[in-house]
Amino acid sequence: MSSLIRLRGITKHYTVGEEQIRALNGVDLDIGRNEYVAIMGSSGSGKSTMMNILGCLDRPTSGTYELDGELVSDMTGTSLSRVRNQRIGFVFQSFELLPRSTAARNVELPLIYSRGGWWSRRERAREALETVGLADRMTHKPNQLSGGQRQRVAIARALVNRPAILLADEPTGNLDSKTSDEILQLFQKLHDDGQTIIMVTHEADVARHAKRIVRMLDGKVLSDLATEKDAVAA
Amino acid sequence: MTAAILRFPLALAMLFYQSIVLAFSQIWANKVRGILTTVGIMIGVAAVSAVIALISGMKQSVLDRFEAMGTNKIFIEPEWPRQARARISWRQIMFDLDDFDNLIEHCPSVAKFTRQHYERGQLAYGSKVEDTNVTIIGVDPEWHDVERRYVSLGRPLTVLDLAQRRPVCLINQTVRDKLEMDRDPVGSYIEVDGNRMLVVGLLEPPPFLIGNMAEQREVIVPFTFSVARDRWPWYTVVATSKGPQLSEDAKSEIQFYLRQVRRVKPGTPDTFEIQTAQQQIAEFTEIASIVTLIATGIVGISLLVGGVGIMNIMLVSVSERTREIGLRKAVGAPPAAILLQFLVEAVVLCLIGGAMGLVLGQGLTTATAAFLPADAGVGRLIVPPSAIMLAFCFSAGVGLIFGMFPAIKAARLDPIEALRHE
Repeated sequence: MSSLIRLRGITKHYTVGEEQIRALNGVDLDIGRNEYVAIMGSSGSGKSTMMNILGCLDRPTSGTYELDGELVSDMTGTSLSRVRNQRIGFVFQSFELLPRSTAARNVELPLIYSRGGWWSRRERAREALETVGLADRMTHKPNQLSGGQRQRVAIARALVNRPAILLADEPTGNLDSKTSDEILQLFQKLHDDGQTIIMVTHEADVARHAKRIVRMLDGKVLSDLATEKDAVAA
Repeated sequence: MTAAILRFPLALAMLFYQSIVLAFSQIWANKVRGILTTVGIMIGVAAVSAVIALISGMKQSVLDRFEAMGTNKIFIEPEWPRQARARISWRQIMFDLDDFDNLIEHCPSVAKFTRQHYERGQLAYGSKVEDTNVTIIGVDPEWHDVERRYVSLGRPLTVLDLAQRRPVCLINQTVRDKLEMDRDPVGSYIEVDGNRMLVVGLLEPPPFLIGNMAEQREVIVPFTFSVARDRWPWYTVVATSKGPQLSEDAKSEIQFYLRQVRRVKPGTPDTFEIQTAQQQIAEFTEIASIVTLIATGIVGISLLVGGVGIMNIMLVSVSERTREIGLRKAVGAPPAAILLQFLVEAVVLCLIGGAMGLVLGQGLTTATAAFLPADAGVGRLIVPPSAIMLAFCFSAGVGLIFGMFPAIKAARLDPIEALRHE
């Protein structure tokens, strides 16, 4: 399996007041194409920092990060914006939809910032909404949608630019268990269609749906195992 | 390759367009706030456009009047030299009756001139008496051509009237109507300050009415007749040059002539003042531009205040929409796009204020014009295109300058922090 993500010796240090916080302390990690990975850990384990670095929202203090053969750990500003736009689709715990915009407009958002995304954006937004099963909710505003539907709109938005990675940060954190299952089933379907998914969660029940679980503690990878189901299959 | 070259500016244009659409939807979502914010800009623009409209309208009307009165006019008055005012009595300063006898011979650029001797007085016809707003002017026969005032009935003043000091007069329509004379008053006698005078002509109204001129009871009498009744006749002179471009020459010639006649010693200042209409037009134009400049300055201050309001509300907007900014950055908006979005919003806000200000300014102008006396001659006033351009440039400028800081602040937000913002 070719490596889509390649982290080597990643550290991230913050200074809060006098104190230096070592959020990541030398992480090596490879994630291949079409993997479905859950990153787990308690709060303070460094999983959020990990997700920010994987999502190119933050830059490591040291170490290298190659995404699809491109060295993104050296990039800044506009180049990183481009990588986020083209390669990464974010799904947030609290959906982060624009309240006054329709579902279609929310899904189109990344296309506004991508070159050439303009000409076909309505069509691509429809495709993405079809993928998540909300083609009939194009003109609904977020307050007219249920929590699960909102998260599906957010997933459609993440998929609209056909990113290399779908990066989900506690995607079911604000949902009840039934809706959570729906979202996780959707992830499963996307994974089956070939989408690489990285999910950050602290819930073991949620993480169990992934094919591989990376556990973190104190800024380091504690364990990196295939889930049982897969282990059995393998 | 060509497609790529074409696509970039197109994408940029679309981003710009998107920013404008977004700006309108943002402003629409906070209508009341937006309108309140732009009040400063609105008032500033309204004030500047109204002032410019009024000044340019008045300027036009004044220039039209100068035109009608004659742009080749020269006004000559006795005048104390500066600094010496207290030492010279007015009898020494006033013109002698024969001071201008040889003016035309000595001043080749002067076409015509008339002496003018103003008096106030009482008019009577039968039982009718008029004593307010009465102006009796003693003039030379050239007055008709110099002032472009002619008679509609009867005859003008003549050289003989002057030479023989005849008790004749011309009256205007106001005198005729106030004294309740016949429609054709020629041949009637009226009493002017106790003198029985024959009305020989009825004056046409002047081409332009200034101030309460329509109310003036004008009586024109021969200069010689008028000054004969005045022990110390103080009079002024109005001349015309042979063309507006010769006015300055004529002025110098008259100055040279008068210094000779009045025996002003070399090196001492003039005891009279000569002003050309050209000079007055120039002075008037200068005053108008100074007033415009001052008004623009005051308006500048108001725009500055408005600009601070815009900056404030944009900072509020950035703060309110921190999560949205974080999201936009997360999905790939480069800092420049965020900057553009907020800058465009500030500029659009200012332009809306500017546009409303222009409407208000036109309203103010119309209202002010309605309060001006009808005979001010300003007529319909509209905000001139130059003021509209100025207003838009000002508004856009204010938006750019005062929107820049909040926009930079938004563009620099850290997406992680922004997404965590409550």
